[in-house]
Amino acid sequence: MKNHDIVEKNIGLMIVLICVAISFGALVEIVPQFFIKANKEPIEGLKPWPAVVLEGRDIYIREGCHVCHTQMVRPLRAEVERYGHYSMSQEHVYEHPFLWGSKRTGPDLARVGGRYSDEWHRAHLYNPRNVVPESNMPSFPWLFDNVVTGEHTADKMRALRLAGVPYTDEDIAKAGEPFVGGNVKEIDALVAYLQQLGVLVQQKR
Amino acid sequence: MTTFWSLWVIVLTLANLALVCWVLFANRKVAVDDQQEPGNQTTGHVYDGIEEYDNPLPRWWFLMFVGSLVFSAIYLVIYPGMGNFKGVSGWTSVGELKSDQQKAMEKFDETFGKYVEMPVEEIAQSRDALKMGARIFANNCAVCHGADGGGNYGFPNLTDNDWLYGGSPEQILETLYKGRQGLMPPQGPIIGEEGVRTTAEYVLSLNGLEHNAEMAAEGKKVFGQVCMACHGMDAKGNQALGAPNLTDNIWLYGSSREQIQHTIRGGRSNQMPAQDDKLRDDKIRLVAAYVYSLSRQEEVEQ
Repeated sequence: MKNHDIVEKNIGLMIVLICVAISFGALVEIVPQFFIKANKEPIEGLKPWPAVVLEGRDIYIREGCHVCHTQMVRPLRAEVERYGHYSMSQEHVYEHPFLWGSKRTGPDLARVGGRYSDEWHRAHLYNPRNVVPESNMPSFPWLFDNVVTGEHTADKMRALRLAGVPYTDEDIAKAGEPFVGGNVKEIDALVAYLQQLGVLVQQKR
Repeated sequence: MTTFWSLWVIVLTLANLALVCWVLFANRKVAVDDQQEPGNQTTGHVYDGIEEYDNPLPRWWFLMFVGSLVFSAIYLVIYPGMGNFKGVSGWTSVGELKSDQQKAMEKFDETFGKYVEMPVEEIAQSRDALKMGARIFANNCAVCHGADGGGNYGFPNLTDNDWLYGGSPEQILETLYKGRQGLMPPQGPIIGEEGVRTTAEYVLSLNGLEHNAEMAAEGKKVFGQVCMACHGMDAKGNQALGAPNLTDNIWLYGSSREQIQHTIRGGRSNQMPAQDDKLRDDKIRLVAAYVYSLSRQEEVEQ
């Protein structure tokens, strides 16, 4: 084909055409999803995270939990049998960024809420080997010492509100309250976050 | 999806396929057309004496492209891909899940189903049922109670026939379905540090452990006023409240002087999560039978 010459000798044109060629997939698969209303309807009972849970989530991100744990139960029988109802986009509309993850070194956590007691989570996070001898999860003993100050909780809520999470002015005004007195350790916040994961959709396994 | 986005998907998908076809077929013919020298098949590019042919794709390669185009055409007819068109097969990921679950349930009905109506004691006599129960236990219960049911610090041993809430089949089922909320309130603020120390000595003495007899005598008085409300006058506990027997030298939170003091001073609380909304009835019954069998190994073996 003679016209090859034109493309091969004009690197700028080549870049443009490559971009066009590789954008079809995203234009078809991703772009329409942003405009489907049902994807953005929060599931019944979904509320913006309370202050302690919000801080717990940030600890989850800081410690890199999402690197080894997904929060996405796929609609496959074996997964539903093990973890419960498959994940739905409507459960995640207030998450910025979402923590679906892409690698499971540990089990999926999308529906871990209520599955174990608070005490178990504490024992397990202090040293996973204490309760699961064969576990290769790291220990997180510093969570038991560090206090959550909550000094940025209100800012975080404001930022999330910009992204569309319906925090009220009252929520933001009271954001720091649970942390007054320094009684909330990082472990408390993290466990509070874990215990609410996926509890809105329950299904017998 | 609205009609606009449906059309958007259809148009872009078809345009993409058309462009791929065009690129593929437009490159089939040799483009070199040398008027002066018809025998010349090279493009005329020369670099260090190396010349360049302009041959088409090898046939096998070309056919693979054609094959993938045919595949995508068939795929787009059968499966959902063209916007709102559902595909002639009506396939959905949730539909596939439902049918897989249906098939699995038929199998479960064969294997688990016969135990749903059976008394737990009877299930515990069946080796097959216990094997299945052991696997369900490993998947759901072992993280707290240990792979062998031997428990952990703070999580009860299920093999020692010492029950917080009772070991009858009904009680085990109730524990599984409804869960349990264990709560020992902190006694430090009520009986004071002196009370904590003396009561700890008394608890040690109840179990035949090394203790200070004088302090234990003091502690017995405190026990008689406060602790007996749950643990009973004889300290043998109360399964209705989940108050442990303090005389059997079996310990959930350790038997050292410091650990006992810590328990008395700060209290303890832990929870067995209810499985009612988490596990199916057939699985719960099999687990109940397995747990029932754990502390009755000899009985079950016979």
